[in-house]
Amino acid sequence: MGRSLEDLAIFVGKRLLQLLPVLFGVIVLAFLITHVAAIDPCPRWYPKAGHATIMHCEAQFSRPVPVQFYDYFTQLLSGNWGTSQSGDPVLPHILAGVPATLELVLASLFLMIVIGIPLGVLGAAYAGRWADHLVRIFYLSGWATPTFVGAILVVYYLAPTLGLPTSGVYSAAPPFPERTHMSVVDALLAGNLPYTVDALKHLVLPAAVLAFINMGIATRMTRASMLEVLPLDFVRAARMKGLSNFVVLYKHALRNALITTTTVLGVTAGGLLAGTVVIEEIFQWPGIGAYAYVSLGATGVPNFDGAIAVVVVFALGVVLANLVADILYGILDPRVEWR
Amino acid sequence: MLRANPLTFLGFVLVVLLVVAAVLVVLSPQLLVPYRATQETKAYTVPPTLLRWPPSLVHPFGTDETSFDLYSEVMLALPLDLAIGLFIAGSALLLGGALGLVAGFWDRPGTIGAVASAAILRTTDVFLAFPSLLLALAIVAALGFNLNALLLALVLTWWPYYVRLVRGEVLAIRHLPYVTAARAAGVGELRILGRHVVRNLLEPVVVYFTLDIGTVLVSFSTISFVFGAAIAYPRPPEWGNMLSTFQVNQPITHAWWLIAFPALAIFVTALAFSLFGDGLRDVLDPRTRRALVQSQGVSAAPPPSELAQPTGPAAESAGGSGP
Repeated sequence: MGRSLEDLAIFVGKRLLQLLPVLFGVIVLAFLITHVAAIDPCPRWYPKAGHATIMHCEAQFSRPVPVQFYDYFTQLLSGNWGTSQSGDPVLPHILAGVPATLELVLASLFLMIVIGIPLGVLGAAYAGRWADHLVRIFYLSGWATPTFVGAILVVYYLAPTLGLPTSGVYSAAPPFPERTHMSVVDALLAGNLPYTVDALKHLVLPAAVLAFINMGIATRMTRASMLEVLPLDFVRAARMKGLSNFVVLYKHALRNALITTTTVLGVTAGGLLAGTVVIEEIFQWPGIGAYAYVSLGATGVPNFDGAIAVVVVFALGVVLANLVADILYGILDPRVEWR
Repeated sequence: MLRANPLTFLGFVLVVLLVVAAVLVVLSPQLLVPYRATQETKAYTVPPTLLRWPPSLVHPFGTDETSFDLYSEVMLALPLDLAIGLFIAGSALLLGGALGLVAGFWDRPGTIGAVASAAILRTTDVFLAFPSLLLALAIVAALGFNLNALLLALVLTWWPYYVRLVRGEVLAIRHLPYVTAARAAGVGELRILGRHVVRNLLEPVVVYFTLDIGTVLVSFSTISFVFGAAIAYPRPPEWGNMLSTFQVNQPITHAWWLIAFPALAIFVTALAFSLFGDGLRDVLDPRTRRALVQSQGVSAAPPPSELAQPTGPAAESAGGSGP
């Protein structure tokens, strides 16, 4: 059948190989945007720099494009990702931000799964009735809310009401070593319960905003695939056996509908990661989203090397999420052959 | 058809109202907009100590820090914002749709079409690897913050979704028996494409396009928000930009209306298009329509023909919205 462990290794290996051209394309596109398309790039990227820096920058940009690309590409591969204008190396900053962003994204993915998928089931089970309408209004509201508006509303109105913190990851510097740089995980590893609670309190609002904005994808896909599954014979058979509505919906129908919903993982990665740019900035979350916000020049001090790096790293994140979703889909759907 | 779902109907009504209002604002602004654009001085006097007025009967949305009527500003931005949404989604549709048609229809191995299709698909993959908002932000950062750069950035990040959607649909349609029959009857390829393939594409594409306008507006306002704080007066009449400058100059706790009304305008517009598009999809898609009809207890629909709607890449690509 082509579903042995060996076949799985081939399946995963093939997909890893397919990533290489995409990653190369990502690097080329990032180069084209930052080096070739840019109009008058030096004053733009170094607005407050002295004459010497501008001259140096213009000398860099006036070289032939293939030479520029060769330098850029070899630098990326060698791990020398440049520095910010104040001389801070870019790569360590980004690597330090990855765990925090990952924590935020995983937390909102968790919320999307435990809230969004049951809502999708509810919408499908009561399709066309008021419960369905409410679910639809809920997820479309998230869709229609600009990320920054949601975040600002939460920070100024919801957070004070709930008494939840709105900036940073801990209320005070932790007494334990931060091994993973994921606040909740670190506190758990240290066995420090008060800090775990504190970290969760800091995490819940940004994660909830991020989840709310992207909820539509999970709910909508679950609802649509449930609607496709519900009229099928095996669901009717389950009903005729006299199983309760809950068991029919969640055990029989959802299990089949969920296979399609796994692709949500891949589809939402882009939305979640893009959402971190604004949310991390507003909630002062120390991840790569906030770094991207600053590097791209939103605060008036752009960081050329940093901008390239965040664009590449975010794309890498999406590509990896797609890979995970693809492999999960292959494992979950018994019809997919791994060869 | 629209009455099947009150929300779809609501979305439809809101979309019509917004479009009519936008047209009126352009054609005869005095009907809906009591005060002219921000650059003009106003005819009435304000106490210099209190420039920001909270909402009142005279100024339903309040006034901003330079004492301009916020309701007028929000209304004046309506045509521009709608046009932006239509332009970006429309350009992405034309560009991505055309490429998707090529990639789906002319990919017979060993032809130039196959090479072109492969090139289109690989390029699409690369663009789709970026979170679209971040790619747009990067393009704006490289080109400088202005309306043209913003439009270009969003079109450049939006088209790949249409390539996926259209190609998926074309692949599903092109092997259907009626297409094969047309080919066997000697109908030319271009005629098959126009008459049999494109016509059947329209439905999913129109649905996606309607949904997309709202998403485009939300993304546009986000980029406008991120970079907008850096730009100086006079402020262009655009919702995201208004929010950005207000956020910097006036903390929300001092004058909530400055944030609330432009944000509400974005929200209502995006929600209207989403409600309309999302409902339209349910109504037009035979698979979900069947389940809807059954769950509502209406007399059972006839069993769908096996040929009606093949599942496949199309279903997936249509399900996932872009950013």
